[in-house]
Amino acid sequence: MFRDAALVAGKDLRIELRSRVATNQVAPFAVLVLLLFAFALDPDRGVLNRATPGLFWVAVLFSSLLAVQRSFGLEAADGGRDTLRLSGLDAAGIFVGKATAVALQLLALQVVLGVGVVVLYDAHLTGPAQLVATCLLATIGLAAAGTVYGVVAAGLRVRETLLPLLVLPVVAPVLLAGTKAWEAALAGAPADGWPWLRLLAVFAVVYVTVGVAAFGLLLEET
Amino acid sequence: MASAVCFRSAVVLLDRFPALTGVDLEVDPGEALLVRGPNGAGKTTLLRAIAGLAPVVDGSAEVLGHDLRRDRRAVRRQVGLFGHVTGLYDDLTVAENVRFSIRAAGGDPDGVAVALARVELDGRLASLAVAKLSAGQRRRTALAALIGRRPALWLLDEPHAGLDARGRDLLDEVIADAIATGATVVLASHDTDRAAAVATRTVTMVGGSLEARVRVS
Repeated sequence: MFRDAALVAGKDLRIELRSRVATNQVAPFAVLVLLLFAFALDPDRGVLNRATPGLFWVAVLFSSLLAVQRSFGLEAADGGRDTLRLSGLDAAGIFVGKATAVALQLLALQVVLGVGVVVLYDAHLTGPAQLVATCLLATIGLAAAGTVYGVVAAGLRVRETLLPLLVLPVVAPVLLAGTKAWEAALAGAPADGWPWLRLLAVFAVVYVTVGVAAFGLLLEET
Repeated sequence: MASAVCFRSAVVLLDRFPALTGVDLEVDPGEALLVRGPNGAGKTTLLRAIAGLAPVVDGSAEVLGHDLRRDRRAVRRQVGLFGHVTGLYDDLTVAENVRFSIRAAGGDPDGVAVALARVELDGRLASLAVAKLSAGQRRRTALAALIGRRPALWLLDEPHAGLDARGRDLLDEVIADAIATGATVVLASHDTDRAAAVATRTVTMVGGSLEARVRVS
């Protein structure tokens, strides 16, 4: 499984490096979301500062939709989905590979957004260990859930509009827990963030397990 | 000797439409079977069913000893489908596409150069992004990927379409090589003169089932 996962992740990341969709479209979109919030709440910079955790994770969530859409868009044209099925790759390996590629892109994006909230919202990123732990756990959950629902949506004609409807309600716990854990870290009260980190960990474990177990079936039947 | 393909009263539905309506087909190992028939006869569906892409919902279907009704994924590493679409990644080079395909099937990546040379895409073209290729060159790249995978069962759907004269000759040579090394070939084609030259048997499909069998050599 891990050999196949490395093969798929390497392929997806190489395509992203060449096409630069992540750097030229997804990252600018995420920064644009931060900017729009700044425009909307500009009269009171204190609100922006206080709302930093929530706005950060909303931007990550929206961007993750684009990343997942793009991940399955690679196989949407010219019979790519059939090629993937016929490739002989282990389905769990395909899932782990695709989710890993999405996760790495999201982590890079979060670095950009972290700089963005410091510059635009005047945020002070205290408690870096908890912030990073939150990002890692939330990213695993987002990438895994996005990949599970991404393969379902990719097999349908209405995939572009269906994916947000499927994913956004499901990842609401990530938005909530990520925001609360970041709030605790930024407030200098890391202990308050532990329950939310545990929720993120449970979410990640559940969706990684579901993906490994069900991805093959979803790839075949949708 | 067990058949490479053994379908008995096999039924395949596309949505609710019966695309295969009780197909009985047996293909021996090493055989090259030409499936011909008008558009919409079910040739592509038959090939997709053999590849395990289209589920057989009634009857029986065995390919290379695997019961497709139990697990249609089991046969995937042993079959290669060369069809209307190429399944290539535009942003990867010709060599990278072929390497990915070979490695996915558990093959030896050293076979990339050999496969590319076989379809005359070695040299400068090997490092070109697939997006920059002509339609015929894309077809050759897909063929190189198939050669590199060395499947036991070759499924060729209108394989000569989109290839120039040299490409069609190359394809015929590749099919002949595959048969010579013991592979089984099932091809569907409207270019019956050319396809019949490499086939050892011909069957005709009409309305989702096989109409007649003619042994040509």
